[in-house]
Amino acid sequence: MRWSLLGVFPFFAFATMFLVIPTSYLVVGSFRDRAGNFTVQNYLNLSRPLTANAYVTSIEISLVTAILGGILGFLLAYAVIAGGLPTPFRTGIMTFSGVASNFAGVPLALAFVFTIGRTGFITVFLNTVLGVDVYGSGFTIYSKLGLEIVYLYFQLPLMVLIIAPAIDGLKKEWREASENAGASTFQYWRLIALPILMPSLLGSMILLFGNAFGAQATAFALTGGFINLVTILIGGQLSGDVLGDQNLGYALAMGMVAIMAVTILAYSWLARRAERWQR
Amino acid sequence: MTGQTDRLQAELDRPTSWPDRPARRGAPRKTVASWLFLLLGVVYFALPLVGTLIFSLRAKPMLSAWTDMLNDPQVWSTLGYSFVIGLITIIVSIVLLVPTAFWVRLRLPRLRPIVEFVTLLPFVVPPIVLVFGLITTFSRPPLPLTGTNLGSDVLLVCAYVILSLPYMYRAVDAGLRTIDIRTLTEACQSLGAGWFTILWRVILPNLRVSILSGAFLTLAIVVGEFTIANFLARPMFATYLQLIYGNLAYQPAAVALISFGITWGAMGVIALIGRGSQDKSEIGGAH
Repeated sequence: MRWSLLGVFPFFAFATMFLVIPTSYLVVGSFRDRAGNFTVQNYLNLSRPLTANAYVTSIEISLVTAILGGILGFLLAYAVIAGGLPTPFRTGIMTFSGVASNFAGVPLALAFVFTIGRTGFITVFLNTVLGVDVYGSGFTIYSKLGLEIVYLYFQLPLMVLIIAPAIDGLKKEWREASENAGASTFQYWRLIALPILMPSLLGSMILLFGNAFGAQATAFALTGGFINLVTILIGGQLSGDVLGDQNLGYALAMGMVAIMAVTILAYSWLARRAERWQR
Repeated sequence: MTGQTDRLQAELDRPTSWPDRPARRGAPRKTVASWLFLLLGVVYFALPLVGTLIFSLRAKPMLSAWTDMLNDPQVWSTLGYSFVIGLITIIVSIVLLVPTAFWVRLRLPRLRPIVEFVTLLPFVVPPIVLVFGLITTFSRPPLPLTGTNLGSDVLLVCAYVILSLPYMYRAVDAGLRTIDIRTLTEACQSLGAGWFTILWRVILPNLRVSILSGAFLTLAIVVGEFTIANFLARPMFATYLQLIYGNLAYQPAAVALISFGITWGAMGVIALIGRGSQDKSEIGGAH
């Protein structure tokens, strides 16, 4: 037994060197002041306007895109899986969701700039054909709303992917049984389908939240770093001292890790609850 | 009298199917709604791609954005660099994870929860935090890797191995679950094979399919990755795209479409490999 532990040594050595130690550096740094003494002041300083604002904006964007992406993704997944559409559409949407949930930051941001940016074709179309001047009315893609529209592009397909097994798990017999007992469609959803789906729906949305919360590339590519998100602020701190305090940067990163940890824990707890119905 | 028979006839002619079965009435409405959602989804997903294509064709002469891109040596060098980094990442992942997952299943099943926990840590530490930690750690002695290009390349590959850990490990472990490694190993040992021979000539070939799907997902993630490459100042494809977006008008649109095409290609290969298998490991991304 003792000897066989050597077999997993390379794996743990690698993970320690390139994941655990780098993260520990940030943990240790976040509890130190500039002179190197122990302090929790860095965490208290997170309530300063700049950093508190970054958390609020990050959480807001993640919440909005998780809930909207969750609902729309569920509707799309339900439509192609259980909505009476021909099977090829299901295969098509599922494959495309696998692709689109992986569309990475920079090209995605650019695609939206070319579409609903100031000279994007939809913007131009609305302006010249319908006479609607979106940018004149204050909209800009480089804003919170713009970023939310872009994030939805990977949030929605991710929802389709992770909610699909739960929709598959809704048994026909449950619906038939409820109809035989005289339940309406509304009653079926309120009393049977939604309660069963709820852990999966919530869990998936929590995963979407984490997905948006940790995103940096899309926001950076889209706004050039002019939107105050936690990831953008950490990036700014990395390339130059925007906070004026290295240790505050470490605390900022740790706050992010803490939120991600809670997210993942909540997800795995809900996923275990959801499994009860998927046997 | 005739009135009676007419009524009887009408009663018999009456379509008997729907008024008696109100439950069925919902079905067509539901299908219409499904078509509507599908249509809206397709439009939303198609628009940015169409927009990018239109934008790339706005250059004058019409195809110049595409010919400029094809003639831009840096597009090819950054693309080549990204693919090489992706390949090295995949090889390092396989060398690191296949023996580990194999060994844990064979000899150390009690360590499995710990190993799985470690492979899930990258979900908790987002790329921006990971690169923050890596730069903080490796920009000073004893291992000042960020000081040289080679050192930064090493760091980049290691960061991507960490990033792909959840997908790669799950892919390998799922593959191991489908084969009887205990019997295979005993058979090999009774024929006199050493551990290297067992892994290289028996276990690895049996894991081909599951490793390939993990590998292509890793490739898709690495080629599109921006955050870590940007802060390590590596000439990756995504950082180059960001660079020319600031300097050129139409060419970035063509390059962005190429980038989407690569993701399509990689995921298409996974779909082909994994047809029929219930592997849901394609959930990933570097946003």
